[in-house]
Formats: sequence, structure tokens, C-alpha cells
Amino acid sequence: MFTKLSLNKLILTGAVALAAFSAGTVATAAEDMPPLPKHDWGFKGPFGTYDRAAAQRGFQVYKEVCSACHSLELLSYRNLEGLGLTENQVKGIAAEFQVSDISDDGSPIDRPARPSDHFKKPFPNELAAAAANGGKAPPDLSVIVKAREGGPDYVYGILTGYVPYDKLTPEQIKEFNVKKDDHFNLHFPGHRIAMPPPLEDGKVTYVDGTKNTLQQEASDVVEFLAWASEPHLEDRNRTGVRVILFLLVMAAFMYAVKRSVWADKH
Amino acid sequence: MASSSIPAGAHGDPTRRDFLMVATGALGAVGAIAVAWPFINNLNPAADTLALSTIEVNVQAIPVGQAITVKWRGKPVFIRHRTEKEIKEAEAVPLSELRDPQTDDSRVTDTAKKVRREWLIVVGVCTHLGCVPLGTKDGDPRGEYDGWFCPCHGSQYDSSGRIRKGPAPLNLAVPDYLFTSDTLVRIG
Amino acid sequence: MASTHGAPPVFNNKVVAWIDHRLPIFSYIEKEYHTFPTPRNFNYFWNFGAIATVMLVLMIVTGIVLATNYQPNADLAFASVERIMRDVPSGWLLRYMHMTGASFFFAAVYVHIFRGLYYGSYKAPRELLWMLGVVILLLMMATAFMGYVLPWGQMSFWGATVITNLFSAIPVVGDSIVTWLWGGFAVGNPTLNRFFALHYLLPFIIVGVVALHVVALHVHGSNNPLGIDPKGPQDTVPFHPYYTMKDGFGVMVFLIIYAAFVFFAPNALGDVNNYIQANPLVTPNEIVPEWYLLPFYAILRAIPDKLGGVICMFGSILLLLVLPWLDTSRVRSCTFRPIYKWFVFLLVIDVIVLGYCGAHPPEGWYVPISRLATAYYFFHFIILLPVLGKIERPLPLPSSIADAVLKKKAV
Repeated sequence: MFTKLSLNKLILTGAVALAAFSAGTVATAAEDMPPLPKHDWGFKGPFGTYDRAAAQRGFQVYKEVCSACHSLELLSYRNLEGLGLTENQVKGIAAEFQVSDISDDGSPIDRPARPSDHFKKPFPNELAAAAANGGKAPPDLSVIVKAREGGPDYVYGILTGYVPYDKLTPEQIKEFNVKKDDHFNLHFPGHRIAMPPPLEDGKVTYVDGTKNTLQQEASDVVEFLAWASEPHLEDRNRTGVRVILFLLVMAAFMYAVKRSVWADKH
Repeated sequence: MASSSIPAGAHGDPTRRDFLMVATGALGAVGAIAVAWPFINNLNPAADTLALSTIEVNVQAIPVGQAITVKWRGKPVFIRHRTEKEIKEAEAVPLSELRDPQTDDSRVTDTAKKVRREWLIVVGVCTHLGCVPLGTKDGDPRGEYDGWFCPCHGSQYDSSGRIRKGPAPLNLAVPDYLFTSDTLVRIG
Repeated sequence: MASTHGAPPVFNNKVVAWIDHRLPIFSYIEKEYHTFPTPRNFNYFWNFGAIATVMLVLMIVTGIVLATNYQPNADLAFASVERIMRDVPSGWLLRYMHMTGASFFFAAVYVHIFRGLYYGSYKAPRELLWMLGVVILLLMMATAFMGYVLPWGQMSFWGATVITNLFSAIPVVGDSIVTWLWGGFAVGNPTLNRFFALHYLLPFIIVGVVALHVVALHVHGSNNPLGIDPKGPQDTVPFHPYYTMKDGFGVMVFLIIYAAFVFFAPNALGDVNNYIQANPLVTPNEIVPEWYLLPFYAILRAIPDKLGGVICMFGSILLLLVLPWLDTSRVRSCTFRPIYKWFVFLLVIDVIVLGYCGAHPPEGWYVPISRLATAYYFFHFIILLPVLGKIERPLPLPSSIADAVLKKKAV
């Protein structure tokens, strides 16, 4: 019959099996791809937080570079207050964009955006986005970090993983059928990516004077997009620590009660 | 009950057990309340709803003697550009005659404490049972007091939006508003 | 208060007594959840019924609240879920509780089923109790599947497409049935609408079947690790406080693991593709269901014939309905079945292997392995179980539960 020990082992085995299961579902499409560059993101782990300064710089990168093609339609300008911007700064940013509306007399007009407006999309709809980008619409970036295997590492890998045509080996050119005008990316499945290299050293000039290397720009914009994907992460972590501490105490008390109730039966 | 048969001992001591039971029960109650909160909180207005809770209105185009209706938090708000006569009438009423005594000045003061007598801004919802009173559009009946007339049960409001006659108990509510310039008012 | 099972309880509180005289809910609670005689030798596997109940309630409560903000419309669903995650107060918490809760509800139920299998809880006189449990499992699968469609991500859409297309395997009327299920010519807005309606309805049907499950349980009482019936009061303890407190402790431990996932890895059990809005023109590279359906998905894909695969997949669950009559052993608990015990463990490994195959594309080694595992699954129930019951020699059973408990204490 089961002793307590073997039972515990069994439960442990079950937990491990469950973990293996989840690992099994998550790990796919990794064949012959180089490992993603590992970055020490501050928002990983149960005590993770976003680096506000990096995310604000990342917003600058998004605004000046990415937003030419990629929408961020699940976000509104007011959300930027979550990055540490003040109400007036947000109003100012919003007012830089013209959005369509209906005037009081019913005619379509453009007016400056308000904080409550969603981020302005670069293209009016998906068909237009596809037509302007060689047939395939650039993906919306609102939840991109949660929508790709590898999350922030993948997005960072894509942004920094371009290899110019003249640096490719003849084998790579042959195996992946790379043409002179193609964009080769180490981390993109199939390697030929429609997006030209979006970032490079000196692509943006940071307001806060941070050195604008490609790596800096990429990690900043990933920090921003990670925040955009999961804006309540910090609240979640904080609540989680409290809930688990409470449950631990509660479980200890329940165990003590159970022991004392069963004292005469054991 | 079984407890009476439990012998006193290291773990089976009834007082210790009772203490544990009570402590655990109390802890559980705290936990239950904490769990209930997100469910209750969930039904509060969401961030996108709150973001629309202030509106800005340009009042430049409203001629003296006219009023407009704007939608604010899902309800009508009346903005009336009052005539001198209307202002005089509203100021002349002694407070003792009012069901819900309020001076006219107190009803035309914005959140920066600035009094603008020519502008009356009230929530257009009758304080009786929530109908929208008439009197904003040209040609609407305005009642006996040059204000608004509620068609549902005949409540009459004066040119300061105060209740003068009929079943409504209170004056038309004045929302928080702030004139950010002479022509731009932010409501909410 | 009454101290023994069967004697009518006496209530000191006049209001309680008044109500109970007219509607005996208090007598019922007293009889079924307080004095109810329960075998004294449960191990922690017996916690999982209570844990599953807690998860069911949690799923219903979070689900109702989420439904107050969700929009079952193909154009709005994805954004409305994201609005819950971003703008609705506590929305992210409730959504992650619901999403992770589905996984943990299934995990608890699977342990509960394993418990039943290992200790022979399905054997006479508990056959109907077991069959109601299988019905609950089927209803849960249907509910989970339809719930997964609601966020209207890529995996929602394509999961719905693939699973509804299973019915096209039915000869002659298959295609008409699929069109009928969809309410259109593809998975679309009508499909989403009806799935939402049914996803809201089915949990309450589950509650109904759970009630029957509990009624059936309380007719003959719980099985126990020894698989022998209690012979008298020395073999049992009152349900309260002994098992209420033990269940309470088990629930807390389970909730700790659950909370760890909700707060620190809410998306670990999900698929990244479901954060991409449904696109009827682009299929994801690989369509996989949630982990709790993977073993059955592997059986479906292991069979090279469409109709055969569908039959085997549904058969693998429906088979459990006749399990009580496939087992020919005269003892219930595997504790006293020296050979079959190992085959139950093998079955567990087999199902895990199936799950692993289900998560990977059906190519290379996964094909023969999933076929072998499928073959064992059916072999186990259809051939091994009836035959082994006849030839296996069970170990001697203890004379009573109390006897076994005392002996264990002496060792």
C-alpha cells in the first residue's frame, strides 16, 4: 500500500510530467535555428518590473521608426501614463496625431487626437496595409511579445539578427534561396523576412542622451513592447507574492487544524 | 459530538484545537473578503470608460439666449448662454421661496471658483424620475420660470435650473466644469 | 446535535428548527456532510473530489464576471478580451484565473480519475457513480473546447475548425452536420455566438451532473485505499471535521500551485498563437489543443483513417463508461493486485506519452510511438483488464479497515 513517502513522490512525478507537458507544447519550431540572444530582462521573474526610462526610449523608437508600418491598435495614448509620462505630456503626444471623427454637423473631419483615442494606425485597414507592403500586412504590435515563441528574446533577436547579403556564406544563400534584394534574418523562421532592417546604429537620437547603438534601440523598443503586451505585470507580480504568502500561512493553519482534529485517530 | 471523546494531549488538547479552529476560520474569512474584492471591483467603470468621463466643449457659437445639449457620461448636459433678463430673474428670487435653496451665483461657479453669470451648465436629467426636461431648443416650452419644463410629470425649473414647481425634489445638478479659456469649457 | 448517523438531528436554534421542519436542508447537511460516516483511511488522493469542486465553482464565478465584459462577436471578441486584460478593473486577474483555472480543473479531475482507476472506485456498487463521472468529463471537454474559441485568436479559430471538421467524417450526412454546427460555410460569427451561449450553459449542466455524482456517492459511501467496505463505526469517522479539515488543507496546497501559475506564468500553459487575432486565410504552422486534450488528439492522429481516428478518439473516452464491466477482478484496490498495479502505472505513462505525441507534428518517430501508445491504451482496457482479473491472484485482504490502520501504526 502507498506510504506517505511514495505518495509524495508520485505527486512530484505528476508535477514534473505536467511541466514536461507544458514545455512540450511551448517548444516547437526550433529546428536548425541559432539560439535566441539571451537578454537579462528586468521584467522576468516574480519580482520583475519594467525599466520606465528604457520603455520611454522604446516608445520613441516605436514612434519614430516602427509606427510607419506597424499599428499598436489595442493601446490608447492615455496608456502612456503607465510609462511614467504626465497627463500633459500624454496630451501633447496625442495632439501630434490627426484622427478622423465626425463634426457636430455630421461631416467627416480630422482633429488632433485626445488621450482617450487609440493609437493612430499607419494604414486605414488591413488590406491597405498589405497592399502597401508587398502583399502582407505588417503585424500589429500590441501583444507581439506574447504572440511569439521566445517572447522578448525573439523580438530582440529579429531586430538584431539581420545579416547583409555579402556577409552570407554560399551555403546559406543556396540553402535558403536568398536573392540579392532579400532580407536575411538569423532568427526568422525560413530566414527570409519581408521587413527590411528597421534599426541601425544612430537610427534615433534619444531625448535623454543615451548612446544610440542598434542593441540599445532594440532592447529599448522590446522593453516598450513588453510593457504594451502586459501592462499589468507589476501589479500581477505584487498581488501574486501577497496571495502566495497568504495561502502558505493558510495552508499551515489548515494543516495544524487537520493534525489536531486527527490526533486521536492516528 | 466526536470532540468530547478526544483525549487531552499534545495535539488533541481541545482548547488548542478550538484556538486553531477560530484562528483558521478568521484567516479564511479575511481571505474570502480579499477574493471577493476583484469580483466586485470588476463591475466598476473600466479605464476606457473613465477616460471618456471628461469632455471639452467650445461655447463660442452659442448666441445669447440660446442653449445647447451635449452628451456627457451618457447623459445630456445643457449649456445655456443666459440673457441679462434671465440672470436678473434668477438672482432676484429670495432663497426662502426655493424648495432646494441655492443662490444663483453658487450654480454658475466653475471649479476654479470663477463666477460666469452668462453661462449656466446643468445636467439635463429631471431630479424626479430621470426624464429630460424641455426648454433647451428654440420653441420648447420653458415653464413659468423661464427655465425648463419636464414633460413627464410637470416639474418646472427656473433660469438657474432650480426646481420651482412640480414633483421633483432637487435642483438640476451642476456638474464640475472649468473654463480653460473664455470659449472652452471642460466638463467632468 | 445528533452524534450518530441515522438519528434525526435536534437543532437548538429555533429558526433553524422551524425551517428544517418544513424544508430539511439542515438535516440534509448534517447527515451528508457532518455525521456522514467516511472510511478513516483515506490518503491525499481523496482530496481531489473536493479540489475539483472548488475549481468548478471558481470557473463558474470568474466566467460569469468575465461574461459581463466579453463581446461574442467575431469583430469584437479579440479586442474585448484585451480590453478585459487592460482596462477593466481586476480584469487581467479574473481572465488569468479563468484561463489557468481550466488547466487546473482538468489536472484535478485527471488525478481524481486516476484515483478511481487505481483503487477500483468504479467497481460494484459504484458503477453509476463512475459513469456519471465520465459524463462530467465529456461535458468538461466540450465546455473547455468552446471556451477556448471565445478569445478568437488564431488557435481558437483553427482549433474550432479542426475539431468541428471531425464530424465531416460521418458518412453521408457529415458535411451537412458540420455546416449545421457552424451556422455558415466556415467557422465564423454564428459559430462564435452559439459557442458562447453553450459555454455559458454547459457548466450549469455540469453542476447538475455533479449533484447526481454526489448523490450516487452518498448511497454506498466512498471507496477507500483498501477497497474493502467499512464493517462498523470503528472503520469510519464523521465527515466533519475529519475530512472537511483534511480537504481544506489539500485545497490550500493545490491553490498555492494554481496561484503560482496565475500570477507568475499565466501564459505558460497556453499557446502564443492565441494572441494573434483569428485570420480565416492563414493557418498557424501547427494546430495543437490545450494540454489536457493532447492525449486524445494524439489518438485521433495516430489512426491513418479519418473516420477511424474520430471513432477511436471518442471511443477512448466512451470506453470508460463500460469500464466497471471490463474489470473482472474480485478485489477493488490495486494495493492488493500485484500485477495489474504496474499496468495502471504503465497506462499513466502511456497517456503521458500520448500527450507528448499530441503536442508534436505527426512525423518521424512520433508516428510509430503514438500508434503504439494508442494500441496499448485500447489493449489495456479491452483485453488486459478482463483477462488479468481472471488470472491474477490478489493479495490477502485485511479483515477490516480499522485492523489495517492499527497494524500499519504498529509497524
